[in-house]
Amino acid sequence: MEKEYWRWPESRWTSPDIDWKDGDIISAGVDVGSVSSQAVVLVDGNLYAYSNFRTGSGSPESAQKVMDKALEETGLTLDKIHCIVGTGYGRVNVPFAQRAITEIACHARGANFMYGPTVRTILDMGGQDCKAIRCDGEGKVTNFLMNDKCAAGTGRGMEVFADLLSVPIEDLGRLSFEVDKEPEPVSSTCVIFAKSEAVGLLRKGWPKEKILAAYSSAMAYRVAKLLERIKIEKDFAITGGIAKNEGVVKRIEAELNIKALEPKHDTQIAGALGGALFAKALVEKERGLR
Amino acid sequence: MLAHYGYKDGSGEYFIVIDTDKCDGCEECVTACPYGVLEVGEDENDPFREEPVARVTEEHRKKIKYSCAPCKPASGRKPLPCREACSPGAISHSW
Repeated sequence: MEKEYWRWPESRWTSPDIDWKDGDIISAGVDVGSVSSQAVVLVDGNLYAYSNFRTGSGSPESAQKVMDKALEETGLTLDKIHCIVGTGYGRVNVPFAQRAITEIACHARGANFMYGPTVRTILDMGGQDCKAIRCDGEGKVTNFLMNDKCAAGTGRGMEVFADLLSVPIEDLGRLSFEVDKEPEPVSSTCVIFAKSEAVGLLRKGWPKEKILAAYSSAMAYRVAKLLERIKIEKDFAITGGIAKNEGVVKRIEAELNIKALEPKHDTQIAGALGGALFAKALVEKERGLR
Repeated sequence: MLAHYGYKDGSGEYFIVIDTDKCDGCEECVTACPYGVLEVGEDENDPFREEPVARVTEEHRKKIKYSCAPCKPASGRKPLPCREACSPGAISHSW
């Protein structure tokens, strides 16, 4: 079988320092996105376990799979989790979730936890959409904008380019800097246009690196324009899969003249993490603690 | 919260912005909009807000350029019915 260059690494993680049996509130968030799904488990508000896998054709199955993966080898079972919140595109199809909350609210809350309370602007570059969110010191949304009509400036666009150029997706960022001079960006309005433009450039003899540079800057330009509408305030953080692509991240930073915070965890878990934090808050509310 | 509903595509940026801090959920805009673009319901992006709030319906979110076009003729444009109906001034359009 031909190599699948777009395939990004899936992952799971468990904290070695926490025993869930000592926990008072165990909460979880499941983010079923268009391309990837994540589950995050918190024990008393501390990150205990997470998993990040590709979304399959069915949301309920994908939700079940990531949850199973997160709980793998922990001895923890679904019935011991006090509250589970579903988020993302498939949020209403998470069979074991008690509540569905939008990914906008969850990303703000998750980024507040991941990057600390100084975060004010979050750019979530998801599989098939792109969200610009402003929040306060508690991770409450104050302004948001979502572009899910078109896949330009999203992870899926990057997967298309990985395949087109036969470059593994993890290497795209690094390679995009191996150019003498930044080329003009390709079309930033549409992935299909960008791809056909890139095919033309390949025929003209452009090296892969130059095409990657041209596509990465088109992507950066596009999301920078979206961010300008909600106005950027420091500190700035990028979540989602594209946050792992330095080629796009550094170009966004240059475009906006602002530095993004360094991520402490897998940037793709922000939504599920926010869901788990909301789940904890819901348990506290139920118990009369808040 | 400033909630931006809409999209950016090759032809421009189309967003209806609802200031949820100003919106009191009175539903005047829902009645005023001739094309059913607006609705009032729970604030999807603020799970702990109890009061209902105006939002753009799921059905129209990806086509507001066209849904709102009849209220935006090239000439002889009258004030937008949704904006006029909103006494707290919570609604604005980006285009």
